Amino acid sequence: MDDALLNILRTLVLSATPLVIAALGETITERAGVINLSLDGSLSLTAMVAFGVAFATGNILVGILAAMLVGAVIALIIAVASIELRLDQVAVGFVLTLLAADMSQFWGVPYAGKPTAGMTAAYLPLPLLKDLPIVGRVFFDHNILVYVSYALVFGIWFWLFSTRPGLAHRAIGERPAAAFARGTPVNRLRYIYTIVGGSLVGLAGASYSVGVNPGWATPPPMQGDGWIALAIVIFGGWHPFRVVLGAYLFAGLRALAGAIQSSDIAVPVTLLNTIPWLLMIFTLLLVSGGVIERLLRILPRGMQNRARNFLRSDPPVALGTRFDGEQR
Amino acid sequence: MNIELRQIHKRFGSVHANNDISVTFAAGRIVGILGENGAGKSTLMKILSGYQPADSGEILIGGQRVDYSGPQAAIAHGIGMLQQDPLDVGAFSVLENFTYGQPGGLTFNRRDAEWRLNQLCQRFGFDLPANTPVEMLSIAQRQQLEIVRLLALGVRVLILDEPTTGISADQKQQLFNVLRALAQEMQAIILLVSHKLEDVIALCDEVIVLRAGQLVGAQQMPATTSELVSLMFGGQLPPQARIQSHLGDVVLRLENAHLSDRRLAMRDVNFQVRAGEVVGLAGLDGSGQRPFMRACAGLDKLLSGRVMVKDEAMTGRPYRDFLAHKVVFGAAGRLEEGLIAGLTLTDHIALATTPGWAVDWAEAERYTNARIEQYHVRGRATDNIEQLSGGNQQRVLMALLPEDPVALVLEQPTRGLDVESARWIWQQLLARRDKGSAIIFSSAELEELVTYSDRILVFYAGQIYEVPDVTRTSVDELGHLIGGAFMQAT
Repeated sequence: MDDALLNILRTLVLSATPLVIAALGETITERAGVINLSLDGSLSLTAMVAFGVAFATGNILVGILAAMLVGAVIALIIAVASIELRLDQVAVGFVLTLLAADMSQFWGVPYAGKPTAGMTAAYLPLPLLKDLPIVGRVFFDHNILVYVSYALVFGIWFWLFSTRPGLAHRAIGERPAAAFARGTPVNRLRYIYTIVGGSLVGLAGASYSVGVNPGWATPPPMQGDGWIALAIVIFGGWHPFRVVLGAYLFAGLRALAGAIQSSDIAVPVTLLNTIPWLLMIFTLLLVSGGVIERLLRILPRGMQNRARNFLRSDPPVALGTRFDGEQR
Repeated sequence: MNIELRQIHKRFGSVHANNDISVTFAAGRIVGILGENGAGKSTLMKILSGYQPADSGEILIGGQRVDYSGPQAAIAHGIGMLQQDPLDVGAFSVLENFTYGQPGGLTFNRRDAEWRLNQLCQRFGFDLPANTPVEMLSIAQRQQLEIVRLLALGVRVLILDEPTTGISADQKQQLFNVLRALAQEMQAIILLVSHKLEDVIALCDEVIVLRAGQLVGAQQMPATTSELVSLMFGGQLPPQARIQSHLGDVVLRLENAHLSDRRLAMRDVNFQVRAGEVVGLAGLDGSGQRPFMRACAGLDKLLSGRVMVKDEAMTGRPYRDFLAHKVVFGAAGRLEEGLIAGLTLTDHIALATTPGWAVDWAEAERYTNARIEQYHVRGRATDNIEQLSGGNQQRVLMALLPEDPVALVLEQPTRGLDVESARWIWQQLLARRDKGSAIIFSSAELEELVTYSDRILVFYAGQIYEVPDVTRTSVDELGHLIGGAFMQAT
């Protein structure tokens, strides 16, 4: 395979990494029944914090941890507002996204356009793996944050579908009353998973400013990606593998749009930018309509359930709802 | 191992739901818990199974006082409850539901879990494929899954809340056999909460009766229905006499209708109902009654075929045209589809009766108070609808129906109501029938179908079978028919 193409694919994996991590964080949160709608603002703010703190302390790890902390705090606000104060999750998330975005611009002023030399998470081609044909160059020749995203995908998948706490995690998003009946502390776990998901959003923010695209600028270059990540979670049917697929697909389409734009083909830029969205809507139609069910019938009976589970695109049933059953 | 409850009290606001209840359940016994709606039987069972704490009182297991908070803790003491709507997770597979809540390490071994599940299933003759999503199971299968799950957790006291609603006669028989086996072989205590007296008579060794929060009686079985009824209500209800009403012209007709919903398709449905006729629809949930009724009321469009109201073609016309022709639909989900939570009684009446765009609130309130009086609703005009009890909500729904409908299409009009409330609803319905309304209703209560229907249609997997002579059918026969018995015959 020619080098140029490999490079494009490699860049694609790299540039999709923040989306992957953010969408996985949101998957964790929503699987527990909570919507963190603050993603877009959170990504900007945590990206700014990561770069700012790393720049001030000269330590990238501290920057990343600070970003995760900020992401966790925003998530905590959503959890308290929805669980304790019984406010609407969507409304609170929406306000927070606007607030966080503005705060990132306000506090980010001193760091905008600062030199970015040495401000990137450690570049670490993995020994042995990087020498694999094609795959090595595309997937294993990156900075650490990219590998973290791989670990997260498999880790979350294993957690959700192969562990007992994972069963409880999914159950509190599906049917909290059933979880309560089995002794699961529904609201406590919702706090935990909202905060864990939020800290991953912080990690995603950091992976822009000290990873993919080091530095800080106004307006924030990642603006809009939060909404994309939210859409990818839906597209991915709340399943880690499909979420990752969605993130790569989206990044690929965006790269394609960029490539066409820089070529001689005369297509309006704005039109190109709509392609990923159109495709996403189309896929959602396909997945949520009866089409899939009809296609499944072609498969042998034994495989149908497994395929249906993988393709399942219904949101967690209790998503966005409160659970009061523990209060007596 | 005996279970003893001592002086249990529980108050909800001003309602004394459990008032000084003391009772002992002996090992190996199957005990029916009887009482009308609001008598406190659900509260008592929730206290015993840990879903609610008692205000005061003690629970003793084998003579030892126990204190627990939460259903999980009750299960640890061997007390488990099978809810009317089994508390499972629809998106999980059978195996995941079975595993979730069982003790163990971080991960679980699917093969071990499946082996344990299959062991229990074999023992009781259940057919539960491990990888099927629970949302695709029938209610009977979901009950079976909950039973094996609770047994695997070591439950020796099994509480069942209205377990026979929505399952067929054969499934009921199987369930009862399992419960008897549990009582005999494991010396388990089975507590059956039910308002279906025939079930209680068929299964229980003894009954206790609650009325208005108090324990008012206990009775060793066998006992007759009328003995139990007099225990429950403190007097006997006269048997409902079957009065044939005068049949008029055909008022509603489906011709070669082709219907479908997400799960099933029904072809060439032909049906007509006459003025003054009551047609009961029997069948397990999801057998086709719902698309059928929605087609009759014009809520869903036919894929092909025709709907006629009197002699007018109504095919493809919207529900409001059906309403204008006085064909009215009443949904099973009272608060989901029938009423609007957050609106007051007056709001509802105003919505249903005000023709123009401006509401005369004084008039609406006067009218509402008149309806409250007329329909014996326990509530005020200014109450929000969700503050009323289920029975009173149903009364409001009745009050919202027009006085002289051409046809009423009602989904489970008495679902969840006790005998007296249900009888009241039927008085209202039959009064309208006597004035020439046609009534089409579905029900999970076979007794109700046999009692009130002039004709009964049995639904099974989208097939419709009409019971030849309703006056000669029985609850038992109907129970077999809804399990699909007519499919083998034809």
